[in-house]
Amino acid sequence: MTSSTPSADLWWASPSFWRKLAIWVTGGSFVMLIFLTFDTMSYIQAGGKKVPAYSVINQRVDYKFDDTLNRFQPVIGPEEPLFGKVLTEAEAEALVSKGKLTTQAKNCMSCHTLLGNGSYFAPDLTKAWLDPAWGSKELRESAMVAFLIDPSDKLHNSAGRRMPKLGITEEEARATVAFLKWMSAIDTNGFPHNFKAMDQSDPAPAAPTEPAAPAQP
Amino acid sequence: MTTLGVFNSANLNGGQKLAMKYFAVSLALFGAQILFGMLAGIQYLKPDFLYEVIDFSVNRTLHVNALVVWLLYGFIGGVYWILEDEAQHPVVGLKLGNLIFWILTSAVVVVVLVYLFIQIGPGEMKSIWLINEGREYIEAPRWADIGIVVSVLTFFYNVAATFAKGRYTGIAGVLVLDLLALFGLYLAGMFYTPNVSVDQFWWWWVIHLWVEATWEVLVGCIMAYMLIVTLGVSRKIVETWLYIEVALMFGSGILGLGHHYFWIGTPEYWLTIGGFFSALEPVPLVAMVVHAVFDAGAHKLKNSNHPALGWTIGQAAGNFFGAGVWGFMHTLPQINLYTHGTQWSASHGHLAFFGAYSTAVIGFFYLAAQKARGNVYMSGNLPGAWKWKWSMALLWIGMIGMTMAMLIAGYEQSQIERAIEGSTWMGYFAAQTHPWFVQAMNWRQISGWAFALGYILLVWDLLTIGKGETRPAQNHS
Repeated sequence: MTSSTPSADLWWASPSFWRKLAIWVTGGSFVMLIFLTFDTMSYIQAGGKKVPAYSVINQRVDYKFDDTLNRFQPVIGPEEPLFGKVLTEAEAEALVSKGKLTTQAKNCMSCHTLLGNGSYFAPDLTKAWLDPAWGSKELRESAMVAFLIDPSDKLHNSAGRRMPKLGITEEEARATVAFLKWMSAIDTNGFPHNFKAMDQSDPAPAAPTEPAAPAQP
Repeated sequence: MTTLGVFNSANLNGGQKLAMKYFAVSLALFGAQILFGMLAGIQYLKPDFLYEVIDFSVNRTLHVNALVVWLLYGFIGGVYWILEDEAQHPVVGLKLGNLIFWILTSAVVVVVLVYLFIQIGPGEMKSIWLINEGREYIEAPRWADIGIVVSVLTFFYNVAATFAKGRYTGIAGVLVLDLLALFGLYLAGMFYTPNVSVDQFWWWWVIHLWVEATWEVLVGCIMAYMLIVTLGVSRKIVETWLYIEVALMFGSGILGLGHHYFWIGTPEYWLTIGGFFSALEPVPLVAMVVHAVFDAGAHKLKNSNHPALGWTIGQAAGNFFGAGVWGFMHTLPQINLYTHGTQWSASHGHLAFFGAYSTAVIGFFYLAAQKARGNVYMSGNLPGAWKWKWSMALLWIGMIGMTMAMLIAGYEQSQIERAIEGSTWMGYFAAQTHPWFVQAMNWRQISGWAFALGYILLVWDLLTIGKGETRPAQNHS
């Protein structure tokens, strides 16, 4: 066997060619990433094209299938202030920020996912505000606050998994609900698909009242 | 003069002595990762297990943080291991390096104790600074972040200055630039914002550009050295391959970041960019397999350290399957819409981290065990070779078992929770209580026990391999 290595002379097998290529490819990709990062920032600032202003918590937030886009989209509806109080942009930001800080300090992401990122031991929180599990639009706010303050004694699921009591104060719980409402208004390109949001339509105007049905035993 | 087969730190150069300390902590944290993973796994099967004592969130935090830290320790150890050999020069700031080792390790201990015993804090900035940042993988409180940055800057200085004063090889050039990027990126994770989209955007800069770019290249560097040492591959071949891998890895991985920008409020163009570039991400991993298998074959598998070479070939294969195939399976947005945030991600995460990184670090543990005993024989017909072979087999069987179980759970979840039920609370639990899911979690746990057993054997083997061996290392050339 001859010991000659013809490849040693080929330009495409030489270390210097690949070193230069590696530098150019890395540099080029990084420049592209920086450019795209600047562009993306304009979309994802609060009040940008994809991420709503914090004051969106003053309005109804829904999530519906959009026939044109062929995917689910957040729908911002009429005024429906959280806890019945209309907030300024600054007040809304402060409240949402307190809620976000609470989700971090309580390490929510180590059981739940937010925007699909996190852990898989508990439900995704992206559209938690719209989850039909809260009962109805009227009950939702107080149910969420009560659940966050002490979930340990409340009905969860047939898997037997329960959220622990995390020492969340009422103030923190209300802020967390604000954060969740705001997050549900982010345009996530249709994620989660096929989410069955709670019915938030206004009750039909004054139907004749009938005696309430007896409670089921 | 040292005696073969006797553990003696005089067998090691300065950088390698320091590396041994990093390896020791790394191996211990690997054990911690398995322990807390097992506890978290049990909680899927018995939800009341340790409820409100060590909740799932605590176990999960410790499981993933132990992972990040033991791999980083393994990498730092690996770099210190090769440094003096590669640079042909003593480590410039060895005393500083030792001091930083103790500071960093003390900080790690404090952070672990805080995670375990304090766990969470009130919804205020002081919790972020002192207890837990609440962001997956980089939960470490801000004070520890700053400590990490200072430590790694010292490490970077040691590496760059040692190469600058000694021999500046191709591996050195790639390594220094890669470390600079790796540590610069960590800064992208050190701020607070109420905006969860902005938060996750930069969070992925740290996580993705570490795991799917700079870590891969770092491992490429230390594995290049591994191939030179164990197989005697020529430097020119190894370094040319390293450049090819860097070009392909950064060429696909940097914009492959886009596959994390499908659903977090980021614009739609990321669906195309992320899908396209992340589909290319397996290419460098194929190149690595070709490289490792070709070199091993070209040298007729004749090598100086069988366990290390075994783990090296496992690294090439594991990286390709775990990071490449498992990543590709759910990386295109059309499937990721349903798999994002399910056990599918966990399946990919387990096989990828183990395949790409744990294997490489374990390979270095074996290089260290060999050298510490005076560069003893570690090739064929090794007495007690069953230990390294069985630990390797059990770790792989356990990992493949966990990966497959979580993949089945992930398929089930993506169909039932995601596609049919649409990710509501009810939909989530409909999937979690489905017999297919429950069975998968049982198999995951059983596989976890196999993995844990493999770990115990690994520790035993590393402490005893080469003991009393009188033959010198087999020459590979």
